[in-house]
Amino acid sequence: MGAAARIRTFSVALLLAAGSVLASPAERTYSDSGPEPLLAGVFAQIEQNRLDAALGQVESLIKAYPNFRLAHLVKGDLLLARARPLNTLGNAANAPQDRLADLREEAIARLKAYRDKPQADYVPRYLLQMHPEQKYAVVVDTQKSRLYLYQNANGQPRFVADYYISHGKAGTDKVREGDKKTPIGVYHVTASLPRQKLTDFYGSGAFPISYPNEWDKRHGRNSHGIWLHGTSSDTFSRPPKASDGCVVLANQDLDALAKKLQIGTTPVIISNSIEWLSLDDWQAERTSLSASIEAWRSDWESLDTEKYLAHYSKRFQSGKQGVEQWSAQKRQVNAGKQWIKVGAANISMFRNPGREEMVVVTFDQDYRSSNLSNVMKKRQYWVKEDGI
Amino acid sequence: MAEKYNIMTLRLRPLLSHSLTALLCTGALMLAPLPAWADNVQEATRLMKQGQLGPALEKTEQALAAKPKDAQARFLKGLILTEMGKQIDAIAVFTKLTEDYPELPEPYNNLAVLYAQQRQFEKAKNALEMAIRTHPSYATAHENLGDIYARMASQAYDKALQIDSSNASAQTKLSMIRDLMSVSARPTTLAARPAPTKPSANPAPAPATKAEPTPVAKAEPAPVAKTETTVPASSAADTKQAPEGNEVEKAVRDWAAAWSNKDVKAYLAAYARDFQTPGGEARDTWEAERTRRINKPEPIQVGVENLQVTVEGDRATAKFRQNYKSGKLKTAASKTMVFVKRDGRWLIQQERVGS
Repeated sequence: MGAAARIRTFSVALLLAAGSVLASPAERTYSDSGPEPLLAGVFAQIEQNRLDAALGQVESLIKAYPNFRLAHLVKGDLLLARARPLNTLGNAANAPQDRLADLREEAIARLKAYRDKPQADYVPRYLLQMHPEQKYAVVVDTQKSRLYLYQNANGQPRFVADYYISHGKAGTDKVREGDKKTPIGVYHVTASLPRQKLTDFYGSGAFPISYPNEWDKRHGRNSHGIWLHGTSSDTFSRPPKASDGCVVLANQDLDALAKKLQIGTTPVIISNSIEWLSLDDWQAERTSLSASIEAWRSDWESLDTEKYLAHYSKRFQSGKQGVEQWSAQKRQVNAGKQWIKVGAANISMFRNPGREEMVVVTFDQDYRSSNLSNVMKKRQYWVKEDGI
Repeated sequence: MAEKYNIMTLRLRPLLSHSLTALLCTGALMLAPLPAWADNVQEATRLMKQGQLGPALEKTEQALAAKPKDAQARFLKGLILTEMGKQIDAIAVFTKLTEDYPELPEPYNNLAVLYAQQRQFEKAKNALEMAIRTHPSYATAHENLGDIYARMASQAYDKALQIDSSNASAQTKLSMIRDLMSVSARPTTLAARPAPTKPSANPAPAPATKAEPTPVAKAEPAPVAKTETTVPASSAADTKQAPEGNEVEKAVRDWAAAWSNKDVKAYLAAYARDFQTPGGEARDTWEAERTRRINKPEPIQVGVENLQVTVEGDRATAKFRQNYKSGKLKTAASKTMVFVKRDGRWLIQQERVGS
């Protein structure tokens, strides 16, 4: 993010009902949850041609996860290997090739994610700043079929756990209903739907997210009903690309995640491929953007309306107002003020993972002036623009 | 799902009569009830072959009344019960046999076949592994175990892919072993293993020849007594050789090549129309089984070693060492083939393992 002068905001003023914040206990679970360690063990044995040991381990894997289809596939291979030479993963004759391909992809996704854990001193670029009430943040990497849970450790994201996920059959960049795609963007959890209110298809629960957000709507993206949810009881997990756009977790993973999610608060950022920043680079980006926001705030207080308006992009929109109309209104309003005090607290800053370079900034705005005061939750979408 | 096992209608009679001869010749073991026992066993075998299972069982019980511990008769009883569809009873008989004669692979094998019919593949696998532990080169058990593994793999795949392949066409065919004789004659490769010891009341029939089954001919031991009636004794064999001998040699090598190349058509064409199928089964049945075995996905390699041919007019005998390799299975066995000349071609009329 460049200097403050090069940053323009557009689209401001969004009144949101802030969800009540639950004070969850500061528990931390650094989990190797899920079947990956055992699965990786099985493949390690296979690589060393210790097929009997591999079969033993895959039996334990199935014992722990009876509906884990991939484990059954590997077991089939290991048994068949005793009868004849094998060519590939999944040697079932006359089997539906698409299902075999699905399981192979799941195997690759799980093993890759297990081998390439995020480095300890790197964080997802998107988590520029979590506000103090956000105890956790969720970041999804669809290409890796992985969901990462981060804890807010005094503003700095700290890795907690990661889980295998499935996403849309047709990939990402959701645009409309029925396109079987998963949206890319910055969202938050909006509700919790317990198992009792759902069919078995959704497994142990569901958490709708805020797709489409204002940014999506502005870009003509619609549809609704994008959830994080569990898995039907007949399988432990689904293939990497399996849903109609939802992000699907194994039930045990959803249950673990559910304990961390704060309705209306916890950010869910869905990306194609997470950009990782070293903590130094992350800190630099964060400082730069914070400075821009602070400049906007102090320029508003200064009653130098033109300087204040310079922070707004030509593409700025507030509700239905374009930048011209909105600027005219601001000039008129500010002309009648003797003083303005603007407080911006609980700032969160999340970079949008999509193609559009943009940061979603949300904060509690405490506005006081000579003739009007109000308190609101405000969301701004900041873009980086060249020139004026 | 109806699990099918391969019914092998072996010619037990010559075998039994032969082994009985061997038995009688051991002298010291001549026991008073033996002739009656032998008659009953022979009769039971004959009746079973004719499908008269009730009377066959009756005769077997009579034999067992005379010698309750006898492995041969108990084995036969197990077979008859299997034929009768009394799987539970058959399992009991074979289980007891494995307990009393843990060194015999056949009861384990047949137990495995019965378990497999009941889809108890884990038990079937364990039984076959026991059979192989006692006799590492036991081809039928190896083949059956391969089938069991494939079956278990298929079950696992069904779970993995949420399909039900049990209705699919390709079913495992496990071979029930039909006689107990192969036990007593081990191939030379197993020379280090001591001969199975048996209770003295139950002397193992000890045929003089090797009776190791080949992967081809399943579990059939060489019916030696019969052999000698159809094949000139080896003393008469050192007659003429070339050039007819060369043609027979070529026929053997072509046969091995067809097998190795999985050229089922050429392979089957190497056999005369009146080829004596190893189990005495119908030609169709035999061809179908051979086709199925050869068409399995594993590569097959058949080597011919120490080939010796003796020709007598339109008949020839080829003796050689057959080295067979397929998948993980590797066997070596001495093989004897009787060729007949038909329309200028040498065709296989008989085939057996053993000298």
